[in-house]
Amino acid sequence: MEHISPKRTYVGIWIILMCLTALTAGVSFIDLGPLNTAVALLIATCKGLLVVLFFMHVKYISEKTTMLVIAAGFFWLLILLLLSMTDYLSRAWK
Amino acid sequence: MSESEIATTAQSLRHHFSDLEQQREASTMGMWVFLITEIMFFGGMFAAYLIYRFEYYNAWLEGSQHMEFWFGTINTAVLICSSLTMALAVRAAQVGQKKMLVVLLLVTILFGLGFMGIKGVEYHNHWVHHEFPSSSFQVESADPTHVEMFFILYFTMTGFHALHVLIGLGAVGFIAYYAMKGRYTAEYHNPVENVGLYWHFVDLVWIYLYPLLYLISRRHV
Repeated sequence: MEHISPKRTYVGIWIILMCLTALTAGVSFIDLGPLNTAVALLIATCKGLLVVLFFMHVKYISEKTTMLVIAAGFFWLLILLLLSMTDYLSRAWK
Repeated sequence: MSESEIATTAQSLRHHFSDLEQQREASTMGMWVFLITEIMFFGGMFAAYLIYRFEYYNAWLEGSQHMEFWFGTINTAVLICSSLTMALAVRAAQVGQKKMLVVLLLVTILFGLGFMGIKGVEYHNHWVHHEFPSSSFQVESADPTHVEMFFILYFTMTGFHALHVLIGLGAVGFIAYYAMKGRYTAEYHNPVENVGLYWHFVDLVWIYLYPLLYLISRRHV
């Protein structure tokens, strides 16, 4: 059966997303050196996960084939970004 | 099942599905296959961004100082609000609240238009400051060529994102029109769910664009 989330779940997720946005904006004013990027991307990934799992209902998908499609898509993105970077980061002659 | 339930099922169930549950699952999976192609589309641009950022980090730092930090931050909040109203709209469709569905879709459209308006002001400011990559591009920098590269990627990525917001606005408007006509019920609302997925996906792209473009530098304008 189709999962129907209660309203308070959506509102709760929205509050967390707004707080994380304020947090990432605030942290960017503090100089953490290279950690700034890491923190910003970590917060973005937390926000992204909340959107995908709750707003896009991925947490409640029961059909395994759909989960496979979604996982394959994000895995492909990782291949694109990571393998491209292993190339560019390992060009010792440059 | 009552007679009226059998009638609504017969209306919304396509003949090649055995029941509404199967039809709904197939619809969700089809939408995700499409969203995967969208991830690939934006993925290429993110990869280009990553490689150039790695090669010309100082130019990226300078480019980021020309970003309108507060506009970007407010726009992030606006899109998150629009995602909330969209998620609640899908919920209203699921429980069969037809009036609530229309209202929430219209509020989502308002947030989307607000995002486009703020983005437009930003683009305008970049244009008058000669930050649009063209023959009149002009920034004070030791490496203006690669700062221009930052702006090329900025305008390409946010431009394609804005195009997706526009398409999303059209899709939400389309759904709102049929919702007003009462087409969607608690049994059948796949189009609402799918447009919702699209809208959240566009929000997801922005969630990454915001830190990558606006938050590189500590010196905010």
